[in-house]
Formats: sequence, structure tokens, C-alpha cells
Amino acid sequence: MTKTLLVLVAKLISGANVRWVGCVPDVRQRIYFANHTSNLDAVVIWASLPSPVRALARPVAARDYWIKDPLRRHLANHVLNAVLIERKQPTAHDNPLADMLAALGDRHSLIIFPEGGRQTNGEMAPFKGGLFHLAKDRPDVELVPVLIENLNRILPKGEFLPVPLLGSVSFGAPMKLEAGEGKSPFLERAQAAVKALRQT
Amino acid sequence: MKLKIDSQTIWLVGGVLALLAVASIIGWLLSLRVKNEAGRATVQNLNARIRAWWLMVAVFGLAMATGGIGSVVLFGLTSFLALREFITLTPTRYGDHRALFWAFFVVLPLQYYLIAIKWYGLFSIMIPVYAFLILPLRSAAAGDCEKFLERTAKIQWGLMICVYCVSYVPALLSLEIPGYGGQNGKLMFYFVLVAQISDVLQYVWGKTLGRHKIAPTVSPNKTVEGFFGGVICATLIGAELWWATPFTPWQSAGMALAITFMGFGGGLVMSAIKRDRGVKDYGNLIEGHGGVMDRIDSLCFAAPVFFHLTRYFFT
Repeated sequence: MTKTLLVLVAKLISGANVRWVGCVPDVRQRIYFANHTSNLDAVVIWASLPSPVRALARPVAARDYWIKDPLRRHLANHVLNAVLIERKQPTAHDNPLADMLAALGDRHSLIIFPEGGRQTNGEMAPFKGGLFHLAKDRPDVELVPVLIENLNRILPKGEFLPVPLLGSVSFGAPMKLEAGEGKSPFLERAQAAVKALRQT
Repeated sequence: MKLKIDSQTIWLVGGVLALLAVASIIGWLLSLRVKNEAGRATVQNLNARIRAWWLMVAVFGLAMATGGIGSVVLFGLTSFLALREFITLTPTRYGDHRALFWAFFVVLPLQYYLIAIKWYGLFSIMIPVYAFLILPLRSAAAGDCEKFLERTAKIQWGLMICVYCVSYVPALLSLEIPGYGGQNGKLMFYFVLVAQISDVLQYVWGKTLGRHKIAPTVSPNKTVEGFFGGVICATLIGAELWWATPFTPWQSAGMALAITFMGFGGGLVMSAIKRDRGVKDYGNLIEGHGGVMDRIDSLCFAAPVFFHLTRYFFT
């Protein structure tokens, strides 16, 4: 019930035009990695997946943001089935990578934002290493680049009232970590795959 | 706002449905005959357009049947979708966020509220005067001066085209024409019919006989043959429909000419904006047609002119 409602609201606000450019929706295990410009990002990507795929997809999100009030806590834990990670200071107890690997399990997919935070200047920040480690530890999981456009205009950082423009979510061709590929070439290649989905 | 449904209304609606039925049959026959790849794409697009027309006529008919309020709500939603497409294509900045929020959620509903309560004195100046002054004020207060004039001009333009001009269609229901009381629904139907059929006929003439491009840099699909064929035929159809309007046949022909002429201009100007932004369509909401804005561009330009001509000469 709340799920259907949230999907509807997300689609309505974002006017999301969903483009499957490089692959088709599939329930196989995937890591969707996207650029990050708005608080709506995780919800909109999640909502744009067809429901059987959506049921297995878990957005990875910042714990400090999603536990702020009871509504967000409820959405994160019971509706989005989010993986809440500590972005400030990872410790042995609180290692985001271990949390993400555990969350993947043997049937879930993840939605992650490797830039680590929302960007406001229109340029993508360099990707953090997590994606590389995930790719290395789980070579069986497909890595799908996702580009989100216009959501930063719909709900920019620091605003709470959305303007209903038309956003779009594009899914690119799955990629894998090549044998012997180093960390920074891989991260650069991954970022380029997201950028390549730009429409204009 | 009660609208009478009389035998003339039924003739108008029946005529449109018959026309669509004929168009669907022709589309089906063409799909059987077409052989080459390019022709198939054109016919597919044609049939998608016809299917969309059925839907649009159904929605418009439903709005008419629920009386004035239904029409105001329908065109209010149309404005919302059109403004959404327009602003999406317009580069705005973070500093415009609040102004845009007001445009969508204050100015737009207020305009249609004023139309619903028939407050001519205010709905005719609210956006050109008050929104014009207050929205830039909000953007300026946000403190970002980069391309300020360009940004505010574009937001104002979007409001004028997508909200102000479109709202003149349901505003036709508020005109008090002597001897035509309660029949304004037919006037609105007449207007939408002439404007849209002019588009359709320009398309048909252009596709069949079109050789000479009328504005190659702006709209490569518009041809001289399409323009004249469409304008002349739509004017004749408008004249033929005089019995549903408060006009005489000659007056009705003149009105139809004004509508088709402004409608053509609307299509041209909105195309120029699309070319400037480097897109082909404003959106993809209506199958075969593109976005909402692609379908209503002619209505936008024709509605205020038709409203004021009617108001000046017939009330």
C-alpha cells in the first residue's frame, strides 16, 4: 500500500522518463550505480524499476539522513528496504562495504551512488572506492550504470518543495571488473559509462 | 457554469466522431497498402496520431459534459503539463527554484480559479502584470544574478504561453453573448475544432501535395501547399459551422481565418523554440504527436485573439 503510493508519488513528481538503453529489466543480481544530485534520486531509481525487480532492489543510503524522523525511518526500513550506511567514519563495527555485501546476499540488488554525496555544480565527483571493492568481491553481480537527469532541478539540495519538471532515468549496458584492472582505471571507466548516457 | 447540451452540440460531437471513424478506416487501409520502410513509418505515426485523437476527443467530450468546471479543470491540467514541458527545456538555475514553485502551484491554479469565477478584470491581467512583477522579485531575492534577465524572461514566457494563453479557451465560457445564453460550450467546441482541424489539414495537405518548404530553418515539415490547403479548408469548415456559433456564415469564415492564421503562427513560434533548444518534440506524453505543448501550440496563439475578437464584436 505505502509502496504503491510512494512509487506513484515519485513517478508523478519526477515525471520520470525511464530509458533502458543498454539492458532490459531483470531480476538477476545487479548493482545499479548512479550519479547523485538530489534526495529524490534513490527513490526515483527504485520507483522506475518494474515491480518484481524493485522488490529485490535495495537502495544504499546515508544513515544520518534517513533516521532523522519517524517517517523517513519507516520509509527506509519498511518500504524501500534500504541499506543504511555510516558515511562519516567507518569503523570495524560499522564498515559500509561489509554491510553492502551482506545486503546483497544471494538474491538482492543494490542501488548505490559512488560519488558519496549530492553534487550541486552539475559535474560528477570522482567515484569512491566502494564500487571497486564490491566488483572485486562479487564478480558474479552485473554492474549497471544509471544516469539521472534533471532531478536536481526538481528538488535541489537544501530545498523541501519540489518543482514538477520532467526528469529521466537511463539504464546503460552492464559492465564488469576486467581481469587485472586497477582501482582507479576501473572507477574512471565506470564514471565514463554513466556520463555516456547523457542525451544532449 | 451550466452548459446546455442541445441538438446542435450533438451534431458537432457526432460529426467529429464520424470524421475520426473515417480517418481510422483510411489509416487502416493505408497500413495494408504501404510497402516501403519510410512509408510504413509515416503510416504508423499517422495511426498513432489518430488513436491519440480518439483519446483527446473523449477527454474533451467528458470535460464538456461535466459543464464549465470540467473544462476549466481540463485546461488547467493541460496548462500544468505544458508548463512542465516548457520549463524542463528552459535552463533555469537554483535561484529560480522558489519562483518556479510559485509559478506552478500559485499562479497557475489562481489563473484558473479566476477563469472559473469569470473575473475578467483580473484574469486578463494577473499574469502579464502581477506575476510579471512578483516572480522576478522572488528570483532576485535568491541573489543569483547570472543570466538573470534571460532566466526571468523565459519563466514569464512559459507562463504566458502555457498558462495565460491556454486559459483563454475555457474563458470562452464566460462570455455573455446576447441571444446565445448557455450555449458557450458550442463556441468553445467550435474554436478547438477549427484550430485543430486546421493543424490536421495542414499536415494532410503537406504530406500529400507538399513540395515547397515554407520555413525550412524553423519547421522542415511545414510546406506552402500545406499552409494554403489547410488554411483554406479550415476556413471553409469554420464557415460551414456558423449555425453552432453566434456568427453569420461570413463572420464565421472570418473568425476561422483568424484562428487558423494565429494557429499556424503558434506552431511556427513554438517550433523555433524547439530548434533553439535542439529538440524535436516538447515531450512524449501523446503518442504520435509528441508532448502536450506540440499538440496545443496552435490553440495557445489563437485562443486570446479569438476570445477578444468575440468579446469586442459580439458582447
